Amino acid sequence: MAINLAVDLGAGLKLKNPVLTASGTFGYGTEFADFIDLNRLGGFIVKGTTLEPRQGNDSPRMVETPSGMINAVGLQNGGVDHFIEHKYPSLTQYTSEVIVNVSGASVADYAKVAEKLAPLDKIHAIEVNISCPNVKAGGMAFGTTCEGAAEVTAALRKAWPRHLMVKLSPNVTDIASIAGAVEQAGADSVSLINTLLAMSVDVERQRASISTVTGGLSGPAVRPVAVRMVWQVARRVSIPVVGLGGITCADDALQFIMAGATAVQIGTYNFVDPQVTVKTIDGLEDYCRRHGVDDINKLRGII
Amino acid sequence: MKEYLLDFKIADRTVLPGGCAMIEFERADGEKLPPFRPGQFVEIKIPGVPAAMLRRPISICDVTDSGRLLLMVKPAGEATRHLTLMPAGSVVSMIIPLGNGFDTAGAAGKRVLLAGGGVGAAPLINLCRVLADADAQVEILLGGRSARDVQGLPEYYRGSEQVHVATDDGTVGHHGLVTGHPVLNERFDTIYVCGPTPMMKGMAAIARNRGTECFVSLENMMACGLGACLCCVEKTVKGNVCVCKHGPVFNINELTWQ
Repeated sequence: MAINLAVDLGAGLKLKNPVLTASGTFGYGTEFADFIDLNRLGGFIVKGTTLEPRQGNDSPRMVETPSGMINAVGLQNGGVDHFIEHKYPSLTQYTSEVIVNVSGASVADYAKVAEKLAPLDKIHAIEVNISCPNVKAGGMAFGTTCEGAAEVTAALRKAWPRHLMVKLSPNVTDIASIAGAVEQAGADSVSLINTLLAMSVDVERQRASISTVTGGLSGPAVRPVAVRMVWQVARRVSIPVVGLGGITCADDALQFIMAGATAVQIGTYNFVDPQVTVKTIDGLEDYCRRHGVDDINKLRGII
Repeated sequence: MKEYLLDFKIADRTVLPGGCAMIEFERADGEKLPPFRPGQFVEIKIPGVPAAMLRRPISICDVTDSGRLLLMVKPAGEATRHLTLMPAGSVVSMIIPLGNGFDTAGAAGKRVLLAGGGVGAAPLINLCRVLADADAQVEILLGGRSARDVQGLPEYYRGSEQVHVATDDGTVGHHGLVTGHPVLNERFDTIYVCGPTPMMKGMAAIARNRGTECFVSLENMMACGLGACLCCVEKTVKGNVCVCKHGPVFNINELTWQ
């Protein structure tokens, strides 16, 4: 039986399979080239990119917690000009989609980054980060109100000509209404969830475990929260939903798909198993075969 | 250097009096070890402790005469304690080799000191052999809280001319910190250090004062080991860099320690 794994996120973003890598967990792809064929991926979402270079937060930036980790990297990146000059050329060789995650401290910053990326033919989509918990200005501040989320989305809708994905924060009272506001403002898809605001204390040293005190929790620990939020958002909006949060295998990915996600992102678990993406893709095909499903799209939103 | 994701089987284990386990691994597929440099490390996934999600970075200690990979594992938490207790035949996944390793070029004829504190003694074992094979004159300086922390270790440093010891309680060797050992009054061409941060900073200060070349191997908390997550960064004269990728070994002149 021929099995279709291809999915369509609309506005020109078609993936050969539903598996993307989450921003900030996969570098620029090349870090994983010794372990997997990057062309097997539906796509990869490269590190959060800002207008100016950012050095990120002080160390320590990470602490492991049960079935997860808290990080506060703080969007360390070389800036959009560095990306265009030094990273983009090597990314054009891949048949997988390359999506750039965009961050900013102001609405104007977001728009400027998008305008600079617009001429890059290979980049069919940007993912807008309105949900980073680890930078003071921008980031999550925009993502926690309907007005803020809509304002950034609307500005990028003007500045960016192709697929516009908006990454939502789970650190809100009602994520579905934020998703609705983002849809109204012109997003082509939403991805969720970014990390959950969290904290850990090193009791021996009697101080916070990471330099910023609070950070973002990711990994399998957050998965049930993420699946719930994807289910809520998928019932509210009519644009495609991309689900992420603690995916480690095909069964985890299928939870998101059955809850309503068109595609998924694998993040933290790339650190544990650099081959988790291709194993998940193989596992999705195997699941479809075992269950007599000829098209992965038929499993979407069945819950 | 190409990185591999490989399964390894525990072949043998020796527990040292200080509690660290010297564990020998063979590739599960029976093939030879991939090439590596002294000071490189592996990221090991410890099975049986599901809540401990991340791999653990562990320095490569050495390759044995029978071609086995030797790792020194300190039972620091639940996962590493479990690893020290796993029986022979158990299989673990490793990413190998990672990091830059020590620069050993031009070692012939040089007098070098390798200073290790606690489990920091591990990467110096292979380094000692490589430098001695390159005709350097190698001396070792080990530090611990008490005699049992260093007991059983000196015999691993093959090719070394002398193994000096410092213990906090004076039960063996110099009574006090590694940084106070009298051997440091002598002249060395290069000092290589791996240990707790205060010890490395102290050694770096001594080397800087004397104008001695000095390399340190850092142990910042890591997630991926591949340079992707940017969690383990160290502030350097060139900005924040990943210890896992650009390190773990740094010339002290690259660091912002003063």
